[in-house]
Amino acid sequence: MIKTFKGGIHPPYNKDLTKNKPIEKAVLPKKVTIPMGMHIGAPCEPIVKVGDLVKKGQKVGEAKAFVSAPVHASVSGKVVAVEPRPWPGGGLMMSVVIESDGKDELFEGVVPSKPIEQLTPDEIKNLIREAGITGLGGAGFPTQVKLSVPPEKNVDTIIVNAAECEPYITADHRLLLERPEDVIFGLEAIMKATGVKKSFIGIEDNKPDAIDSINKVIAGKKDIEVVVLATKYPQGGEKQLIKAVTGREVPSGGLPMDVGVIVNNAGTCAAIANALKTGMPLIERITTVTGSGVKEPKNLLIRIGTPLIDIIEQCGGFKGTPGKVLMGGPMMGLAQSELDVPAIKGTSGILVLEKSDVKLFEPSPCIRCARCVDACPINLLPTNLAKFTERGMWAEAENYHALDCIECGCCSYVCPAHIPLTQHIRVAKSHIIELRKKNK
Amino acid sequence: MDDYRLITTSSPHIHSGESVSRIMFNVAIALLLPTFAGIYYFGFRALALVIITSLSAILTEAVFQKLRNKPITIMDGSALVTGMLLALNLPPGLPYWMAVVGAVAAIALGKQIYGGLGSNPFNPALIGRVFLMISFTTPMTTWINPVDGTTGATPLSLMKMQGITTDYAKLFFGNVGGSLGETCALLIIIGGMYLIFKGYVDWKIPASYLGTVAILSVILGQDPIFHLLSGGLMLGAFFMATDMVTTPLSGPGKLIFGIGAGLLTVIIRFYGGYPEGVSFSILLMNAFTPLINRFTVPKIYGEVKAK
Repeated sequence: MIKTFKGGIHPPYNKDLTKNKPIEKAVLPKKVTIPMGMHIGAPCEPIVKVGDLVKKGQKVGEAKAFVSAPVHASVSGKVVAVEPRPWPGGGLMMSVVIESDGKDELFEGVVPSKPIEQLTPDEIKNLIREAGITGLGGAGFPTQVKLSVPPEKNVDTIIVNAAECEPYITADHRLLLERPEDVIFGLEAIMKATGVKKSFIGIEDNKPDAIDSINKVIAGKKDIEVVVLATKYPQGGEKQLIKAVTGREVPSGGLPMDVGVIVNNAGTCAAIANALKTGMPLIERITTVTGSGVKEPKNLLIRIGTPLIDIIEQCGGFKGTPGKVLMGGPMMGLAQSELDVPAIKGTSGILVLEKSDVKLFEPSPCIRCARCVDACPINLLPTNLAKFTERGMWAEAENYHALDCIECGCCSYVCPAHIPLTQHIRVAKSHIIELRKKNK
Repeated sequence: MDDYRLITTSSPHIHSGESVSRIMFNVAIALLLPTFAGIYYFGFRALALVIITSLSAILTEAVFQKLRNKPITIMDGSALVTGMLLALNLPPGLPYWMAVVGAVAAIALGKQIYGGLGSNPFNPALIGRVFLMISFTTPMTTWINPVDGTTGATPLSLMKMQGITTDYAKLFFGNVGGSLGETCALLIIIGGMYLIFKGYVDWKIPASYLGTVAILSVILGQDPIFHLLSGGLMLGAFFMATDMVTTPLSGPGKLIFGIGAGLLTVIIRFYGGYPEGVSFSILLMNAFTPLINRFTVPKIYGEVKAK
């Protein structure tokens, strides 16, 4: 049976641009910029200084806090700057800039771990942390933190998020086709690290070849099962995925582990496999470079820290005049204003929209058609929340659960009056959080 | 590198393409069906009334927006829909100038005075109709029979005053006295189904409204099919009780709205002074809409009880 959640939308997926294009290795970048905070949590502190020589895989930023993940050099070469630089998340972020020496020399510390059978759960978690692995789906939550389950939580299910519901993006799709055994290896490492005996891999039914590919690898394994999901956005939203696969609802303000579930992206699983098999920390990832504004859309294996413009140029450069360049997909991606910012661990895609494809609308009054209400996967009333924001009624917005919004963008997508509902709710969220801090 | 400026806006970066004007024009297309029935049965006057009320409504909207220093948005189609709906609710013999008064009242008092599209609590077309009912009671209750043009009574008043029933086929095809767009149940249902199929009307309101009237008729010993097919019920249930602006947001809210409107319609028809009660029922339920919305806030994903 095909599983899904309530609400959501069916945007044009536009995955045909890249879904049949095998992953291609990007050329070695001349320069990389490694931001110290590519993840949710405390940013790292740089542990190299200008002039230092570093090698591929060498740690350049140390994670001191628990909720954090170290960062590593993605090329060998010379550190030319340690300073705040623009990054795709917006604003400035302390970064280590490395000029490549072109040799791509491996750091001596990068060695395979013991075979997984001989590793203890804590050793696995430690290896994951030291490899700087964060969620590769986009948000970038440090993976080892996710796997550190407090004893009072009864986690019984691991879900691999391979829904890839964002339009255009095919990075996970290609990964499932080309390296399914890595995804499963990583998943089994997670199961061993957490002691969980049952896991599911959720894949949307628009990727039947990926479903076959994974099914071949897990044949005979009783503890791993593929769950076929309806192709609907945001099927890969953590809460929607958990609901579809297990029927459980993460309590408002809670975490997946509150309902006994840990969710990891398929790319994250493959990164774990790579770290255990070769010792290589997370210094490269698959990203889908696509859209109407790029000449040759591709799935590229890129080094973290490569400037976006270099990546676009490897895909033939711009087609026409670029209107928007997004890090991520069209529903949740971040619009970039300058293109020398680096690709980071969470860069699942780079979407270039040609200028004529970028439509800007003047909002008109809400006609209360309730399309946003029907589309909201959290069952919020986006139109009411937007009105509260317009009037600065933050307490009302909080009562109407603004903080539960996952910012998937469905409400704005369907609104016939072109009201930027998602943006209004974001504004309400930031005000509510600020007020909460003040009142503490 | 070529010179370009990248546009940065907040996500999402794509849109469904749906627009207010597309919704309104689809409603207008669906309204053409009962309009054709009106023209077929009542002739040129029906066509003239539809054109007059539509133009008056659009003009009033433009004038008021100009007076309020607001952008003129007559191209969004909402004034057109109000004008058409008003005409469909008028007796075919109504003097033209009265129809103009009704259209001005609908837009000015029913819509613009509250702030325009989206801010009006009541269905503007029904405000226009009720305004005319109260101001010009006799012309608003003088009905002409289709085709021959003689004056007569509507099936509902025949039933209420003299206990005379009208046969189903006549009611279904619309060959009876009544407002010019309310008589032909067949074309109203087709138009309504079109809107439901296109997703512009939620089936919950017409279903709960019609269902309530039918069930209560049975319970109170009257003919349910007669009550469904006569008067303004079909037009009201498919085209006026489904106005997005003035009806509840959530699914349960819509069901409550439909049940409430059905209950009020039956009370007025069976026990009230008027033979027909659809307009008043919908307007009364419009007044309850904010309250219904307040009590039908959907339970969110993962909702936890507040301590």
